[in-house]
Amino acid sequence: MSNRLNVLKTCKLYIGGKFSRSESEHYFQALDKKQKPLANLCRASRKDLRNAIQAARKAQADWAGRTAYNRGQILYRMAEMMEGRRDQFIAELERAASSKRRAENEVDLAIDRLVHYAGWTDKYPALFSSVNPVASPHFNFSIPEPTGVVGIVAPDDHALAGLVSLIAPVIAGGNSCVVLSSEKLGSIACTLAEVIHSSDVPGGVVNVLTGFRDELVPHLSSHMDVNAVLCAADDPGQKKTIQENAHLNVKRVHFYDGTDWMKEGAQSPYYIMDFQEIKTTWHPVGT
Amino acid sequence: MSEKELTARQNLHFDELWAYDPAPESPDHVKIEEQYNLFIDGKFQEPAGGRYFETINPANETLLSRVARADRSDLDKAVAAARKAYDGVWSKMPAKERGKYIYRIARLLQERAREFAILESMDTGKPIRESRDVDIPIVIAHFFYYAGWADKLKYAFPGVDPRPLGVAGQIIPWNFPLLMAAWKIAPALATGNTVVIKPASSTPLTLLKLGELIRDAGLPAGVVNIVTGPGEIGSAIANHPGIDKIAFTGSTEIGRTIQEASLRTGKKYTLELGGKAANIVFDDAPVEEAVEGIVNGIFFNQGHVCCAGSRLLVQEGVADELVHKLKMRMETLILGDPLDKNTDIGAINSKGQLDSILGYLTDGVESGLQIYQTKCDLPENGFWCPPTLVENVSQAHRIVQEEVFGPVLTIQTFRTPEEAVSLANNTPYGLSGGVWTDKGSKIFKVGKGIRAGVIWANTFNKFDPTSPFGGYKESGMGREGGIHGLLPYLEISQ
Amino acid sequence: MIPDFKQAIPVDQIGVEERVARFRTRSIKKESKLFALKLALQMVDLTTLEGMDSPGKVRQLCDKAMYPYEADPDIPKVAAICVYPNRVRLAAGVLKGSGIHVASVATSFPSGMGTLESRIDEVKYAVDEGADEIDMVISRWAFLKGEYDYVFDEIAAIKEACGPAHLKVILETGELETYENVRKASDIAIYAGADFIKTSTGKISPAATMPVTLVMLYAIRDYYLKTGSKIGMKPAGGIRDAKTALHYLVMVKETLGADWLTPDLFRFGASSLANDLLMQIIKQKTGHYQSPDYFSIG
Repeated sequence: MSNRLNVLKTCKLYIGGKFSRSESEHYFQALDKKQKPLANLCRASRKDLRNAIQAARKAQADWAGRTAYNRGQILYRMAEMMEGRRDQFIAELERAASSKRRAENEVDLAIDRLVHYAGWTDKYPALFSSVNPVASPHFNFSIPEPTGVVGIVAPDDHALAGLVSLIAPVIAGGNSCVVLSSEKLGSIACTLAEVIHSSDVPGGVVNVLTGFRDELVPHLSSHMDVNAVLCAADDPGQKKTIQENAHLNVKRVHFYDGTDWMKEGAQSPYYIMDFQEIKTTWHPVGT
Repeated sequence: MSEKELTARQNLHFDELWAYDPAPESPDHVKIEEQYNLFIDGKFQEPAGGRYFETINPANETLLSRVARADRSDLDKAVAAARKAYDGVWSKMPAKERGKYIYRIARLLQERAREFAILESMDTGKPIRESRDVDIPIVIAHFFYYAGWADKLKYAFPGVDPRPLGVAGQIIPWNFPLLMAAWKIAPALATGNTVVIKPASSTPLTLLKLGELIRDAGLPAGVVNIVTGPGEIGSAIANHPGIDKIAFTGSTEIGRTIQEASLRTGKKYTLELGGKAANIVFDDAPVEEAVEGIVNGIFFNQGHVCCAGSRLLVQEGVADELVHKLKMRMETLILGDPLDKNTDIGAINSKGQLDSILGYLTDGVESGLQIYQTKCDLPENGFWCPPTLVENVSQAHRIVQEEVFGPVLTIQTFRTPEEAVSLANNTPYGLSGGVWTDKGSKIFKVGKGIRAGVIWANTFNKFDPTSPFGGYKESGMGREGGIHGLLPYLEISQ
Repeated sequence: MIPDFKQAIPVDQIGVEERVARFRTRSIKKESKLFALKLALQMVDLTTLEGMDSPGKVRQLCDKAMYPYEADPDIPKVAAICVYPNRVRLAAGVLKGSGIHVASVATSFPSGMGTLESRIDEVKYAVDEGADEIDMVISRWAFLKGEYDYVFDEIAAIKEACGPAHLKVILETGELETYENVRKASDIAIYAGADFIKTSTGKISPAATMPVTLVMLYAIRDYYLKTGSKIGMKPAGGIRDAKTALHYLVMVKETLGADWLTPDLFRFGASSLANDLLMQIIKQKTGHYQSPDYFSIG
């Protein structure tokens, strides 16, 4: 046993492609599975949330405007970077909440899930588009387009697999997102943010906040520039808040609580389609 | 075109020499009962409270019929009937048989198309030309289209085991009563759901007549139930624990309450809400056809169209010519008796709607807006608003931001494609948009830029059962029509 | 200012056809129908353009033009007769004093494939023989090859050769095929000096159609809005029944307004149309559906 003192990391928020402290300068401590201090986390304020949403909005059009091929490459790059940090993720998960074997399973699954969605970016539009044989001299086709800015309320169980399973389909489809991470496992989200940061994902496409979700969900769900909310946290109070606020700007709302993200079947192009809009275009056919 | 040439413009005289004589469609063979009951469990039944409300012809304010006012217990009865039909019959029936029932409805409607068209015009005020040539033919096409899907759902959603949801609660508006009913009922039945549907209280008659037709078609009792009544019944549908799915078409304001209720009660839901579509005309557009598209975009159905092209955005170089030609075209629009085959502009659907439209115009005048209306004589009775342009407005004006839902077009100019797209998107809505240009690549670029569910390029206000329709942002969610219109009525395993 | 004809004016085919479909939904009844039927009859250029047009045949046509339905003095005369140049003298003689115009196709009708000199000579000949309206054909080969100046210049030259006679320029739209071509050819003809623009020779199918005519009416309207000058329109060929003729009039009224509802600015090039108009007029007056046996053939 070395006498060397560990360097403890304070996890920062990830907003607009930058790691920053909370503007409120509030922190909280996350505990590991033995109830020992695991990490210091920023307690994001509603202003941090606002900034994150602004960053997400700013980034979204450009991200959606990238080629599907490019988005696929970037998601695959995320998988590559995670693979490189596989041991770190396993160690963090094991210490925070898991056994070594389960942690290994989860990290592997998370990496494979990224690869899965990386492959979808240039394929799901072909499955969900249509050319519609209208009864008039018009060419008519329907294609999916991203919904826009998606708020993601992450689950507490299987924090890493859950996060990846939520973020990947949302950004594979050209949306940007603001993630409210698990409170107790926020440090995993911070590490994932570092992976994202080093994976060519443009700043603002994924924004990761740690903090007290009860404080943030009301502002996320009532924010008029958030187009959709995805809630995978099994928290009746937060769900209720979302249900009550979504109508303010007719947000798309999906609740994924109860999903076992460790199951092979917890991935599908329909998760991408949950945050897509269908656009239909008409044009006359003539000379 | 130079200033000098502009001032040299000559006027044309459209209203002289030869006026068309009246050519009214006779309502003689349309049977309207003095009183309509609720259609529940395959029978027309009196409402529990014994109360009725009146529905009038907005073109002359005469009484058309009295219609049952449902209360909560009637709704319970309808939902129970729909559940019983779902559990007992409809969900057990082979899909191809289900399809055949829907085909049968389509055929019967086809046979009685003119009767439905006349009744629709009487109850809504829309011109017979539209109800005859647009509404009813698309209603029929919609039933035909979805009838064919009934036994093919596994091909639409391979590998995910599509299953019906149960009882669908459907709430429809007054602007296209039968068409919206078809958009709701046809996919619901094709996917194996049963239906409780509520028409708008000002326009219940064609749906009730469809109830008669459905009864005559031998559809099992309770598969389609029609409850008429005030808005509270719509709200009760959205909150009803026995209903699994809500489909709503109407205003964004009501849509919000429907969404909240659906979320709270855990229902699946789809919403078709308001719009404030930009119709963008570039200086390389086919101008004459653009004028026609603008007219169809805003004056179709008196502008009572959620996807109406209510904001004209015109590139500066072509603005004078386009607006001049638009005004000339407006002079040839004939306003009057909805049953006259030559009528282009019918009656405003209700007094309330007319007051709301006039309110916008009055406010506009007060804030100094330039309002242009065609010179036409308005009938003495009924609710009327002539085709109206509001020129030289800007994004800041309320009339540019809010859905007027009447024959009122605002006109703004722009300079570049980017400016046009940002003006088009500067609204909470996102239902539709128009692009007029001769350049194909510009259509794709601008069409992609507009955040809306339907883009009409070099055309406007086209509808087809195979073509998905629905909004972005506050214009709603989910799609009606096409293969995409099936999923909102299905559960799948991912 | 003469436009650059290399620049196409965009026309959307489907949009034009949808607009036409809407004209066709107009329902013309009662007095407004009778008025329009009589107006349409006055707009007919009664036409015979056959290799077998003997003097006797042309004489019969002239008589029909003057007395479409002698039994009813309320029935108006047609606007003109339209014949080949070698029958102009005869027609002009028969129609003298009737107020009915004598139109002649010239310029190597229907192909236009003669030399420019011979075509100009033909025009001069027809005018000298007594034609007061000349229906020329344009060189479609040159138009389709993109030689718009050639077409412009030939029209201008023929206009000059017409002297006092009115010039109708036949575009032969069935060979131009697209509406944008029709629009362009219309503009060339108008700016080169046409008094009327005309769809077809009647020798090519399709001849006149409502969408083609609408595109030409738009050209006329734009020219009027720009200059204040009124150019006439003549759809020719394929218009055989009164109902179609009324749809054309609806289209003219709602596109150019009442000013164009006159034989001075709108004509139908037709032969069998006249009798169908007559039958419908008499039907409107008597309430009885008519038989062709009661109407003289031209």
